[in-house]
Amino acid sequence: MVVAAFTWTEFAQQLAAGIREGAIYAGLALAIVIIYRSTRVINFAQGEMATFTTFIAWSLMNHGLSFWTAFPIVLAIAFTGGVAIERIVIRPVEDAPVLTIVIVTLGLALLLNGLTSVIWGGANRQFHGPFSTRTIDVAGVPVSVQDIGIVLVSIGLVAVLALFFRFTKVGLALRAAAVNPDSSRLVGIRVGWTFALGWGIAAVLGAVAGMMIAPVVFLDPNMMQTILLYAFAAAVLGGLDSPLGAVVGGILLGVTITLLGRYVGFLGSTLKLPAALMLILIVLLVRPSGLFGRVAVRRV
Amino acid sequence: MRSRLWIGLAGFAVLALVIAALPRFISDFRARELAIVGMYFIALLGLSVLTGYSGQISLGHGAFMAIGGYTTAVLSVDGIYGHQIRDLWTIPIAGMVAGVAGLLVGLPALRLSGLYLALITFGIAVSLPQLPKKFDQFLGGTTGKILNLAKPPFGLATTANNWIYYLTWGIALVLLVAAWLLVGSKAGRALKAVRDSEVAATSSGVSLATYKTLAFGISAFYAGIAGSLYAIANAYVNPDVFPIILSVYLVVGLAVGGLESLVGLIAGAGLIYFLQNHADSVAGWINHLPVFNLDPKQPGIPSMIFGVVLIVVMLLVPTGVGGLVRRAFGPLTSRLYTRS
Repeated sequence: MVVAAFTWTEFAQQLAAGIREGAIYAGLALAIVIIYRSTRVINFAQGEMATFTTFIAWSLMNHGLSFWTAFPIVLAIAFTGGVAIERIVIRPVEDAPVLTIVIVTLGLALLLNGLTSVIWGGANRQFHGPFSTRTIDVAGVPVSVQDIGIVLVSIGLVAVLALFFRFTKVGLALRAAAVNPDSSRLVGIRVGWTFALGWGIAAVLGAVAGMMIAPVVFLDPNMMQTILLYAFAAAVLGGLDSPLGAVVGGILLGVTITLLGRYVGFLGSTLKLPAALMLILIVLLVRPSGLFGRVAVRRV
Repeated sequence: MRSRLWIGLAGFAVLALVIAALPRFISDFRARELAIVGMYFIALLGLSVLTGYSGQISLGHGAFMAIGGYTTAVLSVDGIYGHQIRDLWTIPIAGMVAGVAGLLVGLPALRLSGLYLALITFGIAVSLPQLPKKFDQFLGGTTGKILNLAKPPFGLATTANNWIYYLTWGIALVLLVAAWLLVGSKAGRALKAVRDSEVAATSSGVSLATYKTLAFGISAFYAGIAGSLYAIANAYVNPDVFPIILSVYLVVGLAVGGLESLVGLIAGAGLIYFLQNHADSVAGWINHLPVFNLDPKQPGIPSMIFGVVLIVVMLLVPTGVGGLVRRAFGPLTSRLYTRS
């Protein structure tokens, strides 16, 4: 358990790596938050949905399309897929107990995971992202362009979402339908479709997250399995119903886990996952609404 | 209530007879397969007490099986202070170690419900396999630990596989009766009350803390026993013996067997085993349908079929096999149940 001498340069590098990791978790956490916000469901299939769409992107690029041509096509497919999943699989259990819905999303996760390996095989694949992996010098610390790109994309996503939920009619309808479906119906919101829209948006966010993550790790059918846990931890830390919280939570988590893994010899790389679990547990016990979430009040 | 007892006893006697006689008609290998089905059945019984009766979801029961399996491995290979313990006697200890772990998880579960509990238990399933890698000197790292091969005790003249079969199903029947008695008892009614409405249960004097924690402990105990048997049958443990996905498969088994049907869980357990180990023949059947042309050797097929089965069951028959059977025999037995 020999820890190398501490240098500020290395600390800064670890910090940058942590922010990059965090931005990755944040992308998926955002998708989880959007579904939770619009339908009060935690989607255990979120990771596999993202992987599936990333594989579609890989196939398109494999057929000679450039990343930025494939990108909108993949987003459109993801949106359609997300809406279709909600309409076909989730809608019939909409009013069922939480347990049933969780089990159905688990079924989706299994189905998509299996489908991915049946279609594309289980092998690892290299996924070339839109950003170069060249490093540039930021205030004396070498940082790759790709890392900066990933962080900027997640900040951009949360900004767009915040504007969408605050200033557009559709965004407001989504929020209203989640908070009070019955009253929303009375003021003319088609609640069923807002749920489907929530799933569609989440699928798009997941696809973006997947395409950001795949160049960093290798693309394989199980690539999201552990990232999903970090994303849950990020979402819980930030507050399950706050998109801003998801990003802040993600980056906090990424930095904490990376620094702990580097400077606390006992944790190393193997105990990062249990550390994330402990974090979820502590947040839920101490501050269940997270850093930015609204405190839930239940009427009996 | 009298008739519930008699129907239960008669059903149990038939089940016990079938289980006792079965090895005479099947090959040694099939006996081994059925033994593993029995292990899943034990784990599902525990999950049913937790999820079916007390309404708390666990996506981490594979982890409790792992705790049981590793307990048996450590005790029978390294032993305590150098004294190895015979695998048979490690089974109850494994159950208890897992049970204590379950109680510990049950404590925070008191304050968490539904979705959050699913999150936490999912986290346990994902992160527990890291522990053997971290404490590799004690738990064997990724390569795992090799156990002694199971052999029948007391010089019984039977094959190792038949011995494991009888051991597993013997324990399974005892645990089935225990679970059956539990869900019919005062504690069982309290659990159901907690599931149906926590507020109503509390105001009727049911202690949420006691019963929710208790359900977790009992159910983890069952999973620990199952894991211990699984370790003995395989004669090795490593993180891949209890993969993350096992926890999800157990939920599938529970959903298929029926959330509130103890005997129906045998069907769920059979499905878990069958889909994992005979996915190629399932792929073969699917290929008979038009359009489909699956490669039976594809690794993704079991997972895909599990997913489809799980969704279809939840959408079409949320009560599972147990519920279907009950509905089919309902007109017969409800007459017996009617109180005059």
